[in-house]
Amino acid sequence: MEKVYLAVVLAPLIASIIAGLFGRQIGRSGAHWVTIIGVAIALAASAYAFYMHVFGGLPTFDGAVYTWIASDMFTFEIGFLIDHLTVMMMVVVTAVSLMVHIYTIGYMHDDPGYQRFFSYISLFTFSMLMLVMSNNLLQLFFGWEAVGLVSYLLIGFWYKRESAIFANLKAFLVNRVGDFGFLLGIAAILMYADTLDYATFFERLPELADIKVEYWPGVEWSLVTVISILLFIGAMGKSAQVPLHVWLPDSMEGPTPISALIHAATMVTAGIFMVARFSPLFELSDAALSFILVIGAITALSMGLLGIVQNDIKRVIAYSTLSQLGYMTVALGVSAYSPALFHLMTHAFFKALLFLAAGSVIIAMHHEQDIRKMGGLAKKMPITFITFLIGALALIGFPGTAGFYSKESIIYAVEASTLPGATFAYWAVFAGVFVTAFYTFRMFFLVFFGEPRMSQKEYDHVKETPKVVTVPLMLLAVPSLIIGFLVIEPMLYGGYFDDSLRVLATHGAMASLEAKFHGAWAMFTHGWVTSVVWMALAGVALAAIMYLAMPKVLPQLFARVFAWPKRVMEEGYGFDGFNNAVIAGGSRLLGRGLWQVGDVRAIDGLVVNGSAAVVGYLARTWRLIQTGYLYHYAFVMILGLIGLLTWIVFVGA
Amino acid sequence: MLTSWPILSLLVWLPIAAGLAVMLFGERRANSARWFALIVSVAVFVISLGLIVGFNTQTAAMQFVEHVPWIPAFGINYALGIDGISMPLIVLTTFTTILVVVAAWEVIKDKAHQYLAAFLIMEGMMNGTFAAMDAIVFYFFFEGMLIPMFIIIGIWGGPRRVYATIKFFLYTFLGSVFMLVALIYMYFQSGSFAIPVLHDLPLTLTEQILIFLAFLIAFAVKIPMWPVHTWLPDAHVEAPTGGSVILAAIMLKIGGYGFLRFSLPMTPDAAAELDWLMILLSLVAIVYIGFVAMVQSDMKKLVAYSSISHMGFVTLGMFVIFMIVSNPANTSASGVTLALEGAMVQMISHGLISAAMFLSIGVLYDRLHSREISAYGGVVNTMPWFGALVVVFAMANVGLPGTSGFVGEFMVILASFKASFWIALIAALTLIIGAAYTLWMVKRVIFGEVKNEGVKTLDDLNFREAWVLGVLAFLIVLIGVWPNPLVEVMHASIENLAQQALTTKL
Repeated sequence: MEKVYLAVVLAPLIASIIAGLFGRQIGRSGAHWVTIIGVAIALAASAYAFYMHVFGGLPTFDGAVYTWIASDMFTFEIGFLIDHLTVMMMVVVTAVSLMVHIYTIGYMHDDPGYQRFFSYISLFTFSMLMLVMSNNLLQLFFGWEAVGLVSYLLIGFWYKRESAIFANLKAFLVNRVGDFGFLLGIAAILMYADTLDYATFFERLPELADIKVEYWPGVEWSLVTVISILLFIGAMGKSAQVPLHVWLPDSMEGPTPISALIHAATMVTAGIFMVARFSPLFELSDAALSFILVIGAITALSMGLLGIVQNDIKRVIAYSTLSQLGYMTVALGVSAYSPALFHLMTHAFFKALLFLAAGSVIIAMHHEQDIRKMGGLAKKMPITFITFLIGALALIGFPGTAGFYSKESIIYAVEASTLPGATFAYWAVFAGVFVTAFYTFRMFFLVFFGEPRMSQKEYDHVKETPKVVTVPLMLLAVPSLIIGFLVIEPMLYGGYFDDSLRVLATHGAMASLEAKFHGAWAMFTHGWVTSVVWMALAGVALAAIMYLAMPKVLPQLFARVFAWPKRVMEEGYGFDGFNNAVIAGGSRLLGRGLWQVGDVRAIDGLVVNGSAAVVGYLARTWRLIQTGYLYHYAFVMILGLIGLLTWIVFVGA
Repeated sequence: MLTSWPILSLLVWLPIAAGLAVMLFGERRANSARWFALIVSVAVFVISLGLIVGFNTQTAAMQFVEHVPWIPAFGINYALGIDGISMPLIVLTTFTTILVVVAAWEVIKDKAHQYLAAFLIMEGMMNGTFAAMDAIVFYFFFEGMLIPMFIIIGIWGGPRRVYATIKFFLYTFLGSVFMLVALIYMYFQSGSFAIPVLHDLPLTLTEQILIFLAFLIAFAVKIPMWPVHTWLPDAHVEAPTGGSVILAAIMLKIGGYGFLRFSLPMTPDAAAELDWLMILLSLVAIVYIGFVAMVQSDMKKLVAYSSISHMGFVTLGMFVIFMIVSNPANTSASGVTLALEGAMVQMISHGLISAAMFLSIGVLYDRLHSREISAYGGVVNTMPWFGALVVVFAMANVGLPGTSGFVGEFMVILASFKASFWIALIAALTLIIGAAYTLWMVKRVIFGEVKNEGVKTLDDLNFREAWVLGVLAFLIVLIGVWPNPLVEVMHASIENLAQQALTTKL
């Protein structure tokens, strides 16, 4: 099986290198063929691994490929850990990636950077696979930073655009803030466990559970809490949790919707995956779990609210991604790891659907992305309309859809949790359901219903997009509808993740969830009478009243009544403003200050050039003594002689 | 069989002799001078590969030893030898010299034969410094290499070259005078200048501290450490590309090498006593200099400051070891070798990355004759291959995993956590600061719309430039992906050094 695992990572890597270095030689079709074959191999191998591990009874694989460094008493290795969690991620990553590759042929058709783009997305696939398949923190960090690199390249793909190259720098730096915490977490693990291997680290965890550390005089922390929070800071960067979420909306600068999809459906899940992978660690610290819970809840609600005031179709979906990541994070916080991963999977499908459907709308609208300038598109593009509707229903958790099962599970898990912060989190995610439904259907109604808000000529030109676009939409609509119904039972309650995740008995959210679960069908029928679903329907209803029934009156009225909160929300709560002014501006100011005052004035001005000046001054003065007159020198000699004799007579003797 | 050859002497004297010979070519036969210099530098590199082939990684003892009495009256011997610490640095030197010779090909038109001669002579001197087993031989080469560098900056430098050369010379010369005094003192105590003898020389704490400080001044200037670093940006800005490359890639390493060969083993108690100072200065370099780098408008200055910041990891890794062993929370007492090997890897990696960065700036300077960031913008539009390589080098400078820049920083940060949470935290800030200054520069120079007519006319890399930068990119990625062979070479010597540094002489 080792060869299969190697094939999974190497096929996309080799394809990426070929497309990147020899793009000119192999041409456009060569580039897409080689990368698509590479990713298809990876998908096939992943599917085979999935089958062998899940149905073939293959045990967990944990082994090294090669030694990266052996130094001191440590051996840092590159290696794989393949269990049920890994194979699920492998299939999701390669499947989404393959779809992206195929869709790209159509979407990037006229772009001069065609080969380069294929090289990037294959490299991304490789990095993400290295991340999820790793058996140690070093390789995880490698994958972690490598997806950051590719994201930097993808966001800045259209490097001529000022906004794109600003966004990619920002994305990289914000992610680096998270990585800073993450790296310290890794260092802490090495410090106390003397290993970066997952398995060995988990084995040594019981010894670490009682260690207290004091990094600030008088403040004692439990070691596992410190490590957990440091690692989670990394996850906050990659999975875009408040306040490190600022890069994700801007990342929409990349060639949409493809790179948006890569970010939203794949890369951002790395943080969620990492926390789940480290469940044995996080379980030991209630404080860290509470922290995760609260951060997730804040993200889920506050980012959803921002979705309401966006008018760019991609940005609405981007904020919805932030909000849904918040839901996954909340689930992690209440030890409901499997619902978090379940939502990760369903979200990957319906969010991919929404992004590609939005892309279809954008193509039809000739690259107009402002939903205020759309309207009435339902009649013009029926396939996009229906598939978009399916995606939207899944997103709001409409009974029966994939999103319903995963989101409902998360909300009930939060309700059952007794951790500090769980009550706040419950109300936040509960209110978030309403918000999600409202912004989703605001967008939906504005795009597909009502009067067309464009010239008649433009409206006449709108037509359904070609098959290369609509076929992936239809393919994605299917899992967005049914995958939740199919897999909830085995995945959450069938012990699928038993080998990968660890939950303490004291964290009872999952247990109470299981007690309530009586099969997917029962959950569906019961869904109609739950308050969560009614919240969602209320959100849809409000959107319908505002944007269908009275589109001329109500939106303006609301905007006037809530003028002040609206402004705050349009400013994204001021995060960007603060970062630009205080953090970026402050750093430059500090740098300039240190340079001008420290280097230029103090060190060079005072010490270096100053001592040169002193030497020069002394030389100038002392030169005056050397007059060249013999009698001056004779006089000084006599003075010296007298001085010497006096000394010998009085002191020396 | 290989060991019976005087390989080290060849590595020292062949380039020096060849350098003198190149001068005979004269201005008119510059092209033959170039080919001759290239052949010699490749030959020297090939000879240095003999060190790798014949090297025994199992022992910490000196290898390829040569020993001839030089000035018997003072116990000075011409003694050469290498271990796992000096061997990689010598190979780095011989390799970098080839790059410099190739990079100068069409660029240096004025007195090319003398330019190449200076670099070959300097190569021999640098090899001598790394191979010296006698303190006076070390001192001889340590000082000697200043002269060719002085000439390189002074003749082929920019408009403020006189200020820069004098600053460079005085700074480094002043530093090394103190070292000479310390060496003479130790000679009077031991009756020998042999470095292994000085390693074993018992000294009181006061003696050690004074000697340590004398060494510190010499090596701190070379590395350079804050606050004696201000000569470096000036020297880099004025130096021609080749000068900058050698300066950053090799000369700075001699300071770090000095700490490993002299300070740590000869004055271990003083090093342990003053480790707080060294750690403090290293952290200042990493953070303070990082912020200073951010606001530079001259690309060479920016990379020069970035070098100082990266060298902070070298000194941090070397001196954090005392806190690693004294930290009671570090129950396994591990991390010392990790820190020292991290420092070594960082030196090699910085040699490659800084060479690549300065060569890249040289590529731009040769075309538009400006080092100002604001003179560029959108270079990738006209130079796509160059743009791609610069992004690789920038990512290496940022310490992205998969590049050599990551390896050393990663090892040092992990090891410093074993000493203290706060040291690791401050050191890890480089993740953010380093990314900020490097990628901000890349954004302004490489990406964006074509900014002006000058950028519009740029030609992409020619074969020669592509070869030089391509080889560097390959090595940077290779070391990033598989650093173990490099680390393996050092193991025995580093463990021996750790032993010496952590054993008290009192």
